[in-house]
Amino acid sequence: MAYDPKNPMKDRITDIGPRHYEEFMPPVIKKNFGKWLYHEILEPGVLMHKAESGDEVYTVRVAAARLMSVELIRDALNIADKHCEGYIRWTTRNNIEFMVDNKSKLEPLKADLKANPMFPIGGTGAGVTNIVHTQGWVHCHTPAIDASGIVKAVMDDLFKHFQSMDLPAQVRIALACCLNMCGAVHCSDIAILGFHRKPPFVQHDLISSICELPLAIAACPTGAIKPATVDGKKSVSVNGPRCMFCGNCYTMCPAMPLMDAEGDCVVIMVGGKISNRISAPKFSKVVIPALPSTPPRWPETVAAIRNILEVYAKNANKYERLGEWAERIGWERFFEKCNLPFDVKTIDDYTLAYDTLRTTTQFKFS
Amino acid sequence: MAKFETPLLDDLEKGPWPSFVTDIKRQAKTKPELEDLLGQLELSYKDKETHWKHGGIVGVFGYGGGVIGRYSDMPEKFPGVAHFHTVRVNQPSGLYYSSAYLRQIMEMWERRGSGLTNMHGSTGDMVLLGTQTDQLEEIFWELTHDMNTDLGGSGGNLRTPSCCLGMSRCEYACIDAQNICHDMTQTYQDELHRPAFPYKFKIKVSGCPNDCVAAIARSDFAIIGTWRDDIRIDQAAVQGYVKGELTPNAGAHSGRDWGKFDIVKEVINLCPTKCMSWDGNALKIDNKECTRCMHCINVMPRALRPGVEKGCSILCGAKAPILEGQRLATLIVPFMKMEPPYDECKELLNKVLDWWMEHGKNRERIGELIGRVGMREFLKAAELKAIPQMVKEPRSNPYIFWEEADVPGGWERDLAAFRKKHPL
Repeated sequence: MAYDPKNPMKDRITDIGPRHYEEFMPPVIKKNFGKWLYHEILEPGVLMHKAESGDEVYTVRVAAARLMSVELIRDALNIADKHCEGYIRWTTRNNIEFMVDNKSKLEPLKADLKANPMFPIGGTGAGVTNIVHTQGWVHCHTPAIDASGIVKAVMDDLFKHFQSMDLPAQVRIALACCLNMCGAVHCSDIAILGFHRKPPFVQHDLISSICELPLAIAACPTGAIKPATVDGKKSVSVNGPRCMFCGNCYTMCPAMPLMDAEGDCVVIMVGGKISNRISAPKFSKVVIPALPSTPPRWPETVAAIRNILEVYAKNANKYERLGEWAERIGWERFFEKCNLPFDVKTIDDYTLAYDTLRTTTQFKFS
Repeated sequence: MAKFETPLLDDLEKGPWPSFVTDIKRQAKTKPELEDLLGQLELSYKDKETHWKHGGIVGVFGYGGGVIGRYSDMPEKFPGVAHFHTVRVNQPSGLYYSSAYLRQIMEMWERRGSGLTNMHGSTGDMVLLGTQTDQLEEIFWELTHDMNTDLGGSGGNLRTPSCCLGMSRCEYACIDAQNICHDMTQTYQDELHRPAFPYKFKIKVSGCPNDCVAAIARSDFAIIGTWRDDIRIDQAAVQGYVKGELTPNAGAHSGRDWGKFDIVKEVINLCPTKCMSWDGNALKIDNKECTRCMHCINVMPRALRPGVEKGCSILCGAKAPILEGQRLATLIVPFMKMEPPYDECKELLNKVLDWWMEHGKNRERIGELIGRVGMREFLKAAELKAIPQMVKEPRSNPYIFWEEADVPGGWERDLAAFRKKHPL
């Protein structure tokens, strides 16, 4: 039985949802489900979970580029077949986990993983784990920057922190290649964000034939797009100073592209977190409004992140997340310690701006 | 011999982090369209601009999501990626896989697609990158008939719900995040495949307040495990940490010498509500004052465990800054028991969805709708009673939109009688 293009609805199956997760759990996981007592990180990238039954499961976590070929996935599956009874799992941060039910199986598994440079072990505890990121130039139509390449450049530079646990707390880095932010970069310790800085073109000769003009006009969150007639043809005009560079108009209308090699830049935001531990979850804040987009290695971005990470590592208390440290010392002190220029662009002037202004005489002199 | 020179990308083959360039180059030996992908990506590295066109509407019959159209803007130069659509495939809860199942998908994707994937997309789906329109129905047929799985969501619909690994391998999990996620995904199949919403809607389930799936930051409906009785204490194990026999924070800080573990400095004084005390012998917790931040449990996992009366908190309305500004999810239900079939939770979600579908503007997330019309309207629609747990602080302006029924005597008054008392 196969798909019959002449009769597409015949024997069609729909709305079945994903496979049930229980099918895919290693036996030791299934047996001890809900009955775990505690865990220990034995070394960077290696966890041991102890169950009430006395069972132990040893997990080896390795990095992966989120962008993976079927051949590389098969390489991982071969290791899972050899050591892990044919089971494997991914983490929410693009790492791969291999699990064995006995300590004696751990070293042979690690040896096979270490033999393949595509599977470096690490990503646990108070270090830098894998970067959550978006598509970038490899598969998206609205990016201001690439994703996979910047992730590679940053993680090459921070690699020792992936394989060690010597920071005050975990540092979660995320990248979004435009401000639509697929993923949670707005609550990351360090966020790398692609940003356009030039308002969209308007292709007046074509726009009325390839776009629904009211949709393009309605898509603009700031009301910067208005109907216009240009050379007798229906079109739109863009009020440049009101543009926030979100690209929503381009999503609605391909005759309004806004990407530009010179204008597109990297924004660095820091101090966000998701966990409710000690302090409430926080948003990331803009501390560098623009760095140039410089493939293939984005050295300005790599250096900026390394600098912030090193200053944090040197100054923060144990358990203190980057944002908690910045709040304790004050953001004015954060800029000073990280040697970052402060500029009017770093002061919010969007919808929630007032919440971020200082409403006290208490401040620190720089 | 590669089809295109890629000197810029080649630089990304150096260094210790896994190189996607090395990976794609190897796969390109059997999947020549990836040569064109590398060629186009190299051009983007040179131009510092993407070469993907605006997406077109493609999909499978009867579904309004799950496939995203993608076309090269240089199809003559890179014909292998002229059409390069994305297929989102539902992930199993907790992202566990058997090798047999993944090999089946990989075999299909090598035959019908480019052989390139994302493991996984940000929302949680397995993402298959790069196929042509005529393959879509064939892929969908094989996924549903041979692999017993389905497409994920995209556009103005429910996105595939996602969760942490929950009780499968975490001692902190207070709810069965995987089962809740799977059950919600199955219950809301129609909402997932047939867009009827103003915009996207995300459901995420985390087992505890550590929130490893970032539910509070990015889901419209966040289900986060918690408990409402006392933290379980093993005093002997607390002593073990104090004496240095057990490693604090499960060894997460072992890469640096932070000195001897100091329970007062590292636990008692960092407790956000200061509800803990240590007299040198016993750890005491005033559980009524505890806000369950997880810090003490994270630091001493062998001594402290969440209570036994477990359930979830429900928060609503998180989103990234686009369009009206970023929002974290806000608390709407402090505690709800979560036992299958989760009817109470679904009844609440249905009310929330109905209200949003009726009042939400095009591309308005539910958090923005709440921001626009106020919690008052939201709580009325959700049939929830206002409680102090919902706010950080009460309002600091008195501009309350009183309703007539709330005011003694109503709003109808006798003007003549008024003027008799207060002549003009």
